[in-house]
Formats: sequence, C-alpha cells, structure tokens
Amino acid sequence: MEVEKFSYDNKIVKYFAYATIIWGIIGMTVGLLAALQLVFPVLNFNTGMTTFGRIRPLHTNAVIFAFVGNGIFMGVYYSLQRLMKARMYSDALSKIHFWGWQLIILSAVATLPLGLTSGKEYAELEWPIDIAITIIWVVFGWNMFGTIIKRRERHLYVAVWFYIATFVTVAVLHIVNSFELPVSLFKSYSWYAGVQDALVQWWYGHNAVAFFLTTPYLGLMYYFIPKAANRPVYSYRLSIIHFWALIFLYIWAGPHHLLYTSLPDWAQSLGVVFSIMLIAPSWGGMINGLLTLRGAWDKVREDVTLKFMVVAVTAYGMATFEGPMLSLKNVNAIAHFTDWIVAHVHVGALGWNGFLTFGILYWLIPRMFRTNLYSVRLANWHFWLGTLGILFYAIPMYWAGFMQSLMWKEFTEEGLLRYPNFLETVTQIMPMYAARSLGGVLYLTGVVLMAYNIIKTVRQGDFLANEEAEAPALVKEHITSGKEHWHRVIERKPIQMMIFSLIVILIGGVVEMVPTFLIESNVPTISSVKPYTPLELQGRDIYIREGCSNCHSQMIRPFRSETARYGEYSKAGEFVYDHPFLWGSKRTGPDLHRIGRKYSDAWHFNHMLDPTTMSPGSIMPAYPWLLDDDIDLESTPAKIRAMITLGVPYKQEEAENANKDLLQQAEGIAANLKKEGIETPADKEIIAVIAYLQRLGTDIKAEQVTKTNQ
Amino acid sequence: MSALFLLIGISLSIAVVFLIACIKAIRSGQYDDDYTPSVRMLFDEDVKQPDEQNK
Repeated sequence: MEVEKFSYDNKIVKYFAYATIIWGIIGMTVGLLAALQLVFPVLNFNTGMTTFGRIRPLHTNAVIFAFVGNGIFMGVYYSLQRLMKARMYSDALSKIHFWGWQLIILSAVATLPLGLTSGKEYAELEWPIDIAITIIWVVFGWNMFGTIIKRRERHLYVAVWFYIATFVTVAVLHIVNSFELPVSLFKSYSWYAGVQDALVQWWYGHNAVAFFLTTPYLGLMYYFIPKAANRPVYSYRLSIIHFWALIFLYIWAGPHHLLYTSLPDWAQSLGVVFSIMLIAPSWGGMINGLLTLRGAWDKVREDVTLKFMVVAVTAYGMATFEGPMLSLKNVNAIAHFTDWIVAHVHVGALGWNGFLTFGILYWLIPRMFRTNLYSVRLANWHFWLGTLGILFYAIPMYWAGFMQSLMWKEFTEEGLLRYPNFLETVTQIMPMYAARSLGGVLYLTGVVLMAYNIIKTVRQGDFLANEEAEAPALVKEHITSGKEHWHRVIERKPIQMMIFSLIVILIGGVVEMVPTFLIESNVPTISSVKPYTPLELQGRDIYIREGCSNCHSQMIRPFRSETARYGEYSKAGEFVYDHPFLWGSKRTGPDLHRIGRKYSDAWHFNHMLDPTTMSPGSIMPAYPWLLDDDIDLESTPAKIRAMITLGVPYKQEEAENANKDLLQQAEGIAANLKKEGIETPADKEIIAVIAYLQRLGTDIKAEQVTKTNQ
Repeated sequence: MSALFLLIGISLSIAVVFLIACIKAIRSGQYDDDYTPSVRMLFDEDVKQPDEQNK
C-alpha cells in the first residue's frame, strides 16, 4: 500500500485562534459594560449607540458568533484534518471562510449599535448580513465535506459526526428563521407574525444553543480531552449512541421557551417531554467526558489544560440538568423572565464554552508553535480567576432570580400584591447585579492574562505552518459478492448524498411553507384587534430599534400574580399583526403588554426623557434623542406596503395616505402634550413611541375575550 | 398555527436525513469496530517525530 505524503494547514487554525481570543475579550468587555449599566445607569451615556438595549445584542452576538464561532472553527480545522488524515479541501475556501466570518462580525459591530436589528433574539442581524452568513456557512460546509471526501481514514470519528450535524442543522435553522421581507437596505419585517413568529424564533433560538453552542463543542470535547489526557475516550460506543440520541431529541425542545404563553398547550407539552428526555443523552456526553480521565485524575492536578476541560464538562453537566428542570412548567413559572435564566445561560457560556475554549487554546498554541506554554503559573491564575468569576456571576444571579420572582408573586393577607410597584423588586436585587459585575471582572481578567500568556508563548515559539504527515491512501471499499443494492451507489458518494438531502429538505420546506403563506391565518382572530396605525407602526419600529424588548416583555401569563399586576392575560389573537413578535424573554423592567392608556401621554414623554423623574430609582436609560430626531416619514408608505404583502389587512390607499394619517394622529398627541405644558413638534420620534405604547394591549377588553377567543 | 406544522415538517425532514445518515453509517460498517477508533485518534503525531529529529 502506497504511503502518501501531505501536510496539515496550521495557519488557518492560528488565524481562528487569534480571532477567538480577540473577539472573546471584546465580547466579554461589552458584556461587562451591559452588566455595569444595570448598576450605574449613567454608563448608558445618554446616546443611542451605547444604551443597554443596543449593547446587550452586541454582547450576545459577539460572544456567541464571534468568540464561540471562531472557537468552533479553530477546533474543527485542527481536528478534522488530523481525524481525516488529509489537509483541508481547499486553502482558498479556508481563507474565504475566515475573512468572510470576520467581515460578518464587523458588520454586526457596525450595525447593532446603530439600532439596525430584526428584533429577534440571537438573530438580530438584518437581512443583507443574514445572506452573507448563509454564503459563508455554505463555504464552511463545502470545505468540510470536501475534506471528508478526500480523507485517508475510512472511519468517521465521533467528533466528525458532531461537526456534520452542526453544519446541516444550523444551515436549516438560520434560513427558516431568517425569512423576512426587506423594506429597505437595513430594515426588514419577519415573515411570520405573533405566535407563529415566536414559535419559529424559539425553535431557532433553542437549537442555536443546541447546534451552535453544544454539538460542535461536544465534538471538540471528544477530540481534545482524549488528546490532552492522552487516553482514549471512556466509552466509544456510548459516544456514538449519545450522539444519535442527542441530535434526534434536541430539535423538538424549542417550545419550552414559550411555556404559559399563547402557544397551543399541546405544543408546549411536546417541548417539555423532549426537554426532559434530553437529560439522558446530555449526561451521556458529560459522563463520557469525565470518565475519560478515570485513573488519570493525578494529571488533572498538574495539567492546567485538563483543569479547564474538567470544569467545562462539569458546567455542561450542570447546565444540561438545569435546562430540563427549567422546562418543567411549575419551575418555569417561577424562573421565566427572571435572572435565573441569565445565570443558567452563563453557566453554559462561561463554564462549558469558555473553559473548553481556553483549555483547547492552552493545548493547541504550544503545539503549533513547538514550544512550551510561557507560564503555567499564569495559566493557573487564569483558571482560578475564571472559576471564581463563574461563581461570583452565577450565585448572585440565581439569588436575584429567586428573590425577584418571589416578590412578584407575593400577596398580602388582603389578597393584594405585596410589592405592587415593580421598581421595588428591581432595587432589591441591585446588590446582586453589582456582585455579578465583579464576577465578570474576575472572568475577564483571567482571559486577559491568557491573551498575554499566549502572546508570550507565540513570541518564544517557532510556528509550524504546514505540519508534514503521511498516511496510506484509502482503498476502494471491498464489494462482497453478487448484486449490489442500488442505494450502495449513492452511499459511496457522500457529497452527492449531502446535496441530494439538502434539496429534499428545501423542497419539503417550500411545500410546507407555501400553504402557510397562502392561508390567511389559523390563529384565532379577535374582531376588535386591528392593524397598527402608520404612526404606531413607526413607533413600534423605534421600539425595536432601541431594543426595548431586551428588558420588557409583552406577554402576560395567565397567573393571578401577573393579571393582578398587569391586567388581562395575553391572547394569541392579539398578536396577529406583529411582524416580528416582541414578547421578550426577560423582565428587567415590567411587562408592557397592557401599558396602553395606563398613563398619560405627558407621563410617557417625561419618562422617556428621564425615567427617574417619574420613577425615582429607576435603572432605565434615558432616551433624549427621541425628542430631537424626526420620524422617518419617507419610509412610511413602503412599510405599509410591506405589511400588506405580509397579509396585514391595510387598504392600498392607506399606504398612499400613510403620512397624512400619521401626521393627523401625531398632531393629536402633540396637542395632548401641550395641555400638560409640553411643547414639542408633532413629527418627532417621541410622538410615535407614545402612540405605540398607548395602543399596546388596548384592542380587547377582558369581558369580550371569552366569547371571541376559541 | 401553520408555523407549527411547518416546523414539525422541517424538524422531521432533518430527523429523516439524520436517520438515513445513521442507517448508512451502520450499514457501511462505520460502527463495526466500536473501540479502536478511540485509540487510533491518539496516534497521529507519530509520523512527524522522525522528521523533526532530522531537522
């Protein structure tokens, strides 16, 4: 058998490693800023670009898609080449992938602070960037499958299966969730409305966690833990079984993000059942990772790489136990909308993703640079700072979550809310917010130490750009005897098979979608629910731009504690014209679904100008620019026309007269304000925001609902 | 709730693709040996060692 000589491309791994570190520091710094803004609202700096509502999506996008994303590619490009005994399929594709991904991140950094957002969590980027993501993702897949095809090792090690599942599923999730109708270059409306949009969004959102933050990292775990410990994985059989179980179960769990909302009950229960079942395959992976170190725990004491990896896998185990527990309806009733969820995701992000990435970096960099780590001592410091950082982050957040939720739900003996003022429940948890920021500082300090350590290691090292390797070529599969099954022919052509299956998925998807878009709506309609007026629609778009839904939900769950505080619970039929839905997932401030007509126009005006004047002690940022900036009147007709395309029942002439109607309503609000002694021109953004807020939740009256809904 | 059926359809399609991949992997003998791959993946550095010593 002839042995072929080839080389592994380390350069692309190095690029992705550097990008991981740089974006990690940036993303975490932005996160720290967001955390501090909740303690010191002055850090919102009174400008749009730096307010919490725009900073928070920047943080989540930077850490998920920039830090973890580059971390995935770093690990995949290193391990895939070695597992397949082949260089990456194309160096050019590798380069396009790297630079394309960095450009996407840069465009996110440029657009999110400007308020250019789709308003959907973890999918905020606007439509041109969505298209770019799709293209670059395909480049990644092309490069990966090309490498798999020209491999010199017949067996696909379990890590490779995890990478394949990641690629296929993320592609489908991203495309389906990004169906949106462009209004202008940087503005689009989600194709789906209300409950349907929420369902698609959380089907995507949950699986983004599953297939972006979990499966690729499990693949990395199965490669780098055995490598770092220099011993085979505890049970290879278990790894195969838990892989297949995990990917079959994960995709059904999304509805657990929408418990007690207006989503049909059976869909909620379906999500819960699959979420509970997920414990088994998740813990299969965790146990397999930890038991790989059986008989080698002495190494963990010495080897800082292994320390990071052990904490990472432990955090994975905790987060994947907690996740199913949070999916139980009675637990979710307490936890949802609170900081408990923030704690939960950060155990996963800081512990599992962060620590596994650091472990891999400490293992990889010295190897590629053919030297030892500059300072093990510093790496140990990083480990302890990071671990303490996680504890200082998570414990106060759990505490804050429990405390605030209990305060929301507490009634007096007379049957009244004990804390009727929402703000009281916020000021109570301020010390926990401060402690959480300290946790963030510790964690970030550790990462900065790592960056220094790695720079020093790189300086003293000698980089091996092309690592020589040799392996025999793969001989053609031996065909046993007799006639061949027709399917065997396709099976031997993985790329054709891949393309074939994608086409099948897409055809299936289109067939499913066409009726979705043609049928008016299957959501129970409430006759009194009407489309937004042009002014309200503009106000809603400003609400989206400012990221209000990052802190304010618009979903009153059917609990006594919520209906007593906010009003009638939310109905599916109320959201039929909401492109996108704005239910939110966290209540840093109160729910706004029934805010309409609760306060005067003047109250809202003053509150937006400086929240502390109306609610002393409020941590909400001020929005003074809304008083200066004009409503974007040019866009109004186009927006109405887009809504007509999406099936919202506006009449054609309403699009033409949109601005006339808009100004008429705006004059009314300006006149109202004048009565209260506030002089403001009618074409300012604040007027549109007030119009939208005053409309919210006013279309139905509680007594009407029972007969029209269901 | 047409989006529900859309998502169930897409999720099922993905599941079917994975099922085909799973059956294909089993049939092609990928999992006939469920031990040595875990050991073999540890040994890829062997080749380059002699090279390095020559330098």
